[in-house]
Amino acid sequence: MKTFKKAKSIVAAIVLGLGVSQVQASDQSLLNSSYDIARELFASYNEHFAQYWQEKTGQTVEIRQSHGGSSRQAQAIIEGLRADVVTFNQVTDIDILHQRGKLVPADWREQLPNASSPYYSTMAYLVREGNPKNIQNWDDLAHEDVSSVFPNPKTSGNGRYTYLAAYGYAQQAFPEDQDAIDSFVRTFLNRVAVFDTGGRGATTTFVERGIGDVLITFESEVNNILAEFPDQNFEVVVPKVSFLAEFPVAVVERHAQRNGNLELARAYLEELYSEDAQRLLAGFNYRVHNEVVQQEFSEQFPEVELLTIEQIAGSWDSAMEVHFASGGKLDQLQRR
Amino acid sequence: MRTSAHLRIGDQPWVKWSLITLALSLVTLLLLVPLFAIFAQAFSGGLESYIANVTDRFTLHAIGLTLFVAALTVPINLVFGVFLAWLVTRFEFPGRKLLITLIDIPFAVSPVVAGLLYLLLYGSNGWIGSRLMDHDIQLMFSWPGILMVTVFVTCPFVARELIPLMQQQGKEEEEAGVTLGASGWQLFRRITLPNIQWALIYGVVLTNARAVGEFGAVSVVSGNIRGETNTLPLHVELLYQDYNVVGAFASSSLLAGIALLTLFVKSFVEWRQARQRHALNEEEI
Repeated sequence: MKTFKKAKSIVAAIVLGLGVSQVQASDQSLLNSSYDIARELFASYNEHFAQYWQEKTGQTVEIRQSHGGSSRQAQAIIEGLRADVVTFNQVTDIDILHQRGKLVPADWREQLPNASSPYYSTMAYLVREGNPKNIQNWDDLAHEDVSSVFPNPKTSGNGRYTYLAAYGYAQQAFPEDQDAIDSFVRTFLNRVAVFDTGGRGATTTFVERGIGDVLITFESEVNNILAEFPDQNFEVVVPKVSFLAEFPVAVVERHAQRNGNLELARAYLEELYSEDAQRLLAGFNYRVHNEVVQQEFSEQFPEVELLTIEQIAGSWDSAMEVHFASGGKLDQLQRR
Repeated sequence: MRTSAHLRIGDQPWVKWSLITLALSLVTLLLLVPLFAIFAQAFSGGLESYIANVTDRFTLHAIGLTLFVAALTVPINLVFGVFLAWLVTRFEFPGRKLLITLIDIPFAVSPVVAGLLYLLLYGSNGWIGSRLMDHDIQLMFSWPGILMVTVFVTCPFVARELIPLMQQQGKEEEEAGVTLGASGWQLFRRITLPNIQWALIYGVVLTNARAVGEFGAVSVVSGNIRGETNTLPLHVELLYQDYNVVGAFASSSLLAGIALLTLFVKSFVEWRQARQRHALNEEEI
């Protein structure tokens, strides 16, 4: 019986401890649901915003963060996760918040500048030391002796961007010649050594298992990898043409209203466009729209022609339908 | 008979030794090396970086939340398991066999499916969740949801440990107690509990281990809010995705530490149980 008593006091202590730790010291609190590799980015931005907000209104604010694969994050919000704002890496994941629950307005892309995408990135290459296969652009990836690694477009947004970038390149290289486009993309897909389910898995395959000559992922991500494996002397190559990967944001109006946070939520996203915040974002290797900051970081971001989803496939909806649906273009081209 | 038994394959020394070598190398490769790797990776940045990672605000909260959920799960399932085992071993009623089978459902169902089920029921679109929402009660994506799925996933452990033991022990002692005028509570405290206490503790140890380590079901209902609904296993994944390998392994080492501790407690309990059984057998003789 003694043990039970002891257990009881331990439970009480822990309950108390947790209760105390959850007491909110701030005037306001905001929940930001974000994608899985943005932890440090928003840890840094939240600090900036809290300071800005206090100077502006005199109120303290605590920003809570939820991170995960952005499709799963969207699903959680539909099922009741009360996020005030979303900062995702896929446009389709915010669209679904409107389609499935009317949680964001239909015109969410018009609510903020640059189609509600305060920063963007593109698909870049990480090659092995000295770039032995001399990989510079998408056509190099179709060479017989090159093997590439990127996540599966079926399961990963990252992989879809890479597929679309290669497809967009082919559209430019072989205008109006659908057979040539298809044949190029088929060869490109054939050169893939391993299709991992996500970006992190692809990184492990390339770096730790030593498979492939090139890893294709977000330009912003490449620098994380360089920093994690400094002794491998990888090199970054940004192709001349690539895909415009948008990082869209939106206020989840239904939830923000319910939480009494509408004004705060809007300010949180608007501040992302300020010069200071844009500089902060560029520091995390994202490309930004602010011209002053662009100038400052021009060396870090080589010039690249960015193709939009509208140019390549008309819209995200039609891209999903034509390319990524079951039996779609991707499935056809992947058949070996 | 004796000679043929002597020639059984298993008796030949080379079979014995090759089996032992095989088993040991598998244990080394599959268990010891990864275990070592966890600690090696965790300390790869030195002791200071290990301590910095473990005492990170969010890591501390994850530890607290994980222990909190386990501390609530264990007593709930302890009571539930004892009641259930008592019910199915001491009473005859229609559907008893079915009930014994149903206890195992949480083992048979994949934890992710269990999590999704709870989400579908208690999420804001679920038919219970939407009603709760009207009263501004939120279970999913907060700690009650994590507790609910953890209780679900771990509920068979205690009952599963107790049922065979209580069946084996029979109810004679309790019946004797009844004839001597003992009340229900007296029966339980004086007769049942002493008989089952080691099996009970064993069940608790298993429940606790699983509650601390549960990933699948919790990841579905957690919402991954840092410093709020992120348990230790989820925290490990998050840090790993985040290219903080040392942090991920530092948190993993905590989980591994809890697992090792559990293992020691479990071995101790098993030893006590064996002694008790031994004593029981001697009494019968």
